[in-house]
Amino acid sequence: MRYIDEYRDPGLIQMLMTKIDHLQQHYPKELFLMEVCGTHTMAIFRSGLRNLLPKNIRLLSGPGCPVCVTPNHYLDKAIAYTRRDDVIITTFGDMIKVPGSSSSLEKEKGRGGDIRVVYSVMDALKIAQEYPGKNIIFLGIGFETTAPTLAATIKMAKEKNIQNFSVFSGHKLIPPAMQALVGAKELHIDGFICPGHVSTIIGGRPYGFIAREYKIPCVVAGFEPLDIVQAIFMLIQQIVNQDPPSVRIQYTRSVKEEGNPKALDLMEEVFEIKDSEWRGIGDIPESGLKIRGNFSSFDAEVNIEVEVEDTKENKGCICGPILRGIKTPLDCKLFKKGCSPENPIGACMVSSEGTCAAYFKYGD
Amino acid sequence: MCLAVPMRVIEIKDNEAVVELGGLKQKINLGLLEKIDVGDYVIVHAGFAIQKLDEEEAEKTLSFLREMAEKL
Repeated sequence: MRYIDEYRDPGLIQMLMTKIDHLQQHYPKELFLMEVCGTHTMAIFRSGLRNLLPKNIRLLSGPGCPVCVTPNHYLDKAIAYTRRDDVIITTFGDMIKVPGSSSSLEKEKGRGGDIRVVYSVMDALKIAQEYPGKNIIFLGIGFETTAPTLAATIKMAKEKNIQNFSVFSGHKLIPPAMQALVGAKELHIDGFICPGHVSTIIGGRPYGFIAREYKIPCVVAGFEPLDIVQAIFMLIQQIVNQDPPSVRIQYTRSVKEEGNPKALDLMEEVFEIKDSEWRGIGDIPESGLKIRGNFSSFDAEVNIEVEVEDTKENKGCICGPILRGIKTPLDCKLFKKGCSPENPIGACMVSSEGTCAAYFKYGD
Repeated sequence: MCLAVPMRVIEIKDNEAVVELGGLKQKINLGLLEKIDVGDYVIVHAGFAIQKLDEEEAEKTLSFLREMAEKL
């Protein structure tokens, strides 16, 4: 597979590991690198990189799993929507098994709720055109990679005057979450491995403040094993050489400094920034997206009335500290003792990018 | 949800393209990009092309690493 296989070259990966080893010998101090993105967490586990790195290089998993950071209240509201007879819920697959306060979309589907998994928000728009008598609500969960696809689709819905399609926006933004983590000072972070596809949209510039104000180097990485190892090498090189902290792009075949201007313009046109609640972290200012007033006919929260139950959190679940990188699933009393991908108690176990799911599937 | 893959454009009609990876074909939307041609590689996420893969940069990354390997 072109542009994939070359970035799995074992010879080049081994070469970089050797160079990382050389650097580590001159700098035996423990280094903590955080991969922000859940897809990176999974890629790192799947490739076995954790075991190949020198022991003093510790990889921390961050909150870049959009399903994991969606609070119970959002799930509970989605469940309330699905209980209306006139609603068809459309969603990315990951959301189906996530437990809310007392139910899940999977359980509601079992009770007769019309819930359909789609690969693209465009599929949800097509369903709206096929079912003019129903209200189709798309669960807008994702970061900056996905938000432009929603913006484009909402615009298309407006142009085609589709009146029964709306989005329940749960979109969140990555740089404010990174700021919340470094600002909280719960963890020592020596470098960030930044998400390659979020950055394909937003570019490298939004991470500038992390390097300038918090003095932490950032490297934007692709997702193949060679990409990740190169990014780790680029971070360690900066740290060992004591270079002034900066943002560098490893994934240059996809990420430009300025990102994707057309996608950014679309996001700006359809969405405005708002404060947002992140599971396990709490409220982060200006970290979420809300549909603008002139597109409010596509905002499910404006158009579709429901009553939502009071939110209840599961007391045993430590998804929160795990998302902040201060605990691992091995610290959780429920890990593999009641909580598993078939029977998830928290979102971090059910999401394909969740840290607990990664530990469960691949071991530590 | 950073899941996206590089796929080759084999057909374009209006704002949609058919892309291909390892024998698998898919229809996607080009609304997030400007000029795309048949034969280009694009990064595909959730039914949309989010960026045109820069083939020159892709080669640069690999040659840089291969040179590093030779010097070792």
